[in-house]
Amino acid sequence: MKTDTADPHTADRHVAVRHTADPRGVLTGIHFMDGDHACCEGALAAGCRCAAGYPITPSTEVVERFASRVPTVGGTFIQMEDELAASITLQGMVWAGAKAFTVTSGPGFSLMMEHIGYAAMTETPCVFVDVQRGGPSTGLPTLPAQADMMQARWGSHGDYEVIALCPNSPQECFDLTIKAFNLAEEYRVPVMFMMDEVVGHMSEKVVIPAADQIEVVPRKHTHKSVEDYLPYGTNGDQVPEMAHAGEGYNFHVTGLTHDERGYPNMTLPVQDKLVRRLQSKILNAVDRITMTEEEQIEGADVVVVSYGITSRVAQRAIEAARERGLRVGKLRLITAWPFPEKKIRDLAGKVKAFVVPELNLGQMVREVERAAGGQAKTFAVSHAGGGVHNPEEILKVIVEASRCQTI
Amino acid sequence: MSDDLNTDILNPVEPFLRSDRVPHIWCPGCGIGTTVNSFARALIDSNIDLGSLALVSGIGCTGRVAGYVKLDSFHTTHGRAIPFATGLKLANPKLNVVVYSGDGDLSAIGGNHLIHAARRNIDLKVICVNNLIYAMTGGQTAPTTPDHSTTSTNPYGVFEASFNLPHLVEAAGAVYVARWTTFHVRQLSRAISEAFQKKGFSFIEVISPCPTLYQRRNKMGDGLDAMKYYKEKSRVRHGAPTSEVGMTMTGEIIVGKFVDRERPDYQTMMKAQFHESLGEKFVEQTEMVCS
Repeated sequence: MKTDTADPHTADRHVAVRHTADPRGVLTGIHFMDGDHACCEGALAAGCRCAAGYPITPSTEVVERFASRVPTVGGTFIQMEDELAASITLQGMVWAGAKAFTVTSGPGFSLMMEHIGYAAMTETPCVFVDVQRGGPSTGLPTLPAQADMMQARWGSHGDYEVIALCPNSPQECFDLTIKAFNLAEEYRVPVMFMMDEVVGHMSEKVVIPAADQIEVVPRKHTHKSVEDYLPYGTNGDQVPEMAHAGEGYNFHVTGLTHDERGYPNMTLPVQDKLVRRLQSKILNAVDRITMTEEEQIEGADVVVVSYGITSRVAQRAIEAARERGLRVGKLRLITAWPFPEKKIRDLAGKVKAFVVPELNLGQMVREVERAAGGQAKTFAVSHAGGGVHNPEEILKVIVEASRCQTI
Repeated sequence: MSDDLNTDILNPVEPFLRSDRVPHIWCPGCGIGTTVNSFARALIDSNIDLGSLALVSGIGCTGRVAGYVKLDSFHTTHGRAIPFATGLKLANPKLNVVVYSGDGDLSAIGGNHLIHAARRNIDLKVICVNNLIYAMTGGQTAPTTPDHSTTSTNPYGVFEASFNLPHLVEAAGAVYVARWTTFHVRQLSRAISEAFQKKGFSFIEVISPCPTLYQRRNKMGDGLDAMKYYKEKSRVRHGAPTSEVGMTMTGEIIVGKFVDRERPDYQTMMKAQFHESLGEKFVEQTEMVCS
């Protein structure tokens, strides 16, 4: 669906066309649904018509709903034989012209790592949903955790960047899934959608707007002739244009280090140029990609940095601390990766301390500490997973942090 | 040399190749290039629309085929050519999708995908170049390496049973199964053409020499010696029970078309099921939204 108003996602590429959702995939209305189902509806609204999956608790409801919905919308779901297959089948779907995703949880996410690297290297726009549960290994299949946050960033070998989003409600599972697909298309990068078991299984009000109110980013498809097309050639903005199989371009795609033609080239200059571009196309756009939610940051002594379900548990602790007269700000990471490093660094000069509750033994807190660079203290509120924090535990650390001396 | 010797004769398969990538990486005496020649001739013979043809490879010596053919070609991860190809075919059923990979890639690390794609009867043409060894990595034992041969990881001789690939894929549900050697270039070409006429999961095994790593270590000579062996020991037995076509180190090689049967493919079954269950609610997948 195209209209001729400006599209913020593509405006700086001088494309004055606004793309909105295909109404066939949009279940407009007010719903009461869980996060897993809302994620599925978000994918359909974003124009995703293909998915490959493998059952795993607590994520399976996403693909179950997709399997039920997609034949009435025009698309395909296939249950593959394992997560290795699912995570590469979806990339075949993308190269044939579809928007596609896969959905999993910890053990499956571990199996998908090689193909996250393949998607990063071949610049295949796609979405990996991880409904996080307690680990390591089989861990706690039905219970929440946020312990895959570093795996989402570093899990595949080699240097690459991804984008990772953290919804904290079923409504955001809908809204941010659309955003995840849009970011994947804009930057030709795999986007990690980092849900958790609680957000996935909690039911709340989800408002699905009309299709013409939903912005979607189309594939960055080439308009070049077969003769002029370079599959990995870039023009300034660092994201190459894509062609699909069956269009006559006769292009080559490989996970090997490749030149602008897509041909394998294992020389040092080609490796350097390619890997640095894969990194800089994301890092140069950090300010445009990252999303945070802030509350009473100005004048705060302590800022609580949280994400996902923990941000909602922390809210209660923050409010309790304010009732005690403490000056506490809230910074919620909606984008975990790329990490909003500059924002934390700037804040670090103004506050006494950061408090970072998360359902793991200390992952994103390392990033906060690194970005703070010693200007402010950093307090972790760790949790091994299997439930959410007791807000009291977070409150206790906020009180402790507010008493610390400014560095 | 005669003055009127025409040196501008174009090799008929050259339009199918990325000539700008030659020289290729394959060793002297290797059979993979021969199979590519037969593949290209099958494309000529069967008048396939090259624009709708996609070729998918995994990792290994044969995995490099994707890089040398002038087609939409995907060099994927180790063992995962079949699921990638499945994704291509599902999202765009108009594509003709060929999987071109080696025995290790398809039957060891990718073995699970091989049997499930055959079970589903996904409409893919799989060309499996079987050189009986992991060649790219230096001559390690493959699931296809015959008993008693020596490899770098079985330096005292292979003692585990090897896969009989035609038997495996027939049992899993393939609709077309054939085996030829790189000596049988015309038969191979014809088999590939036949597979293009079939709808469903087709599997063509090509026994192919690896002089550098399999034959040298087993004192079996060079590429020419392999051709002599294939010529002398191959027995054409169309319709042979696949349980009887297992490979040995120096014995007979049973070649021919073993299986050619009809069974509705995955997408045909899927459509029929949705029509039956959903009736008018079923919306057939047409064009992809983002293309």
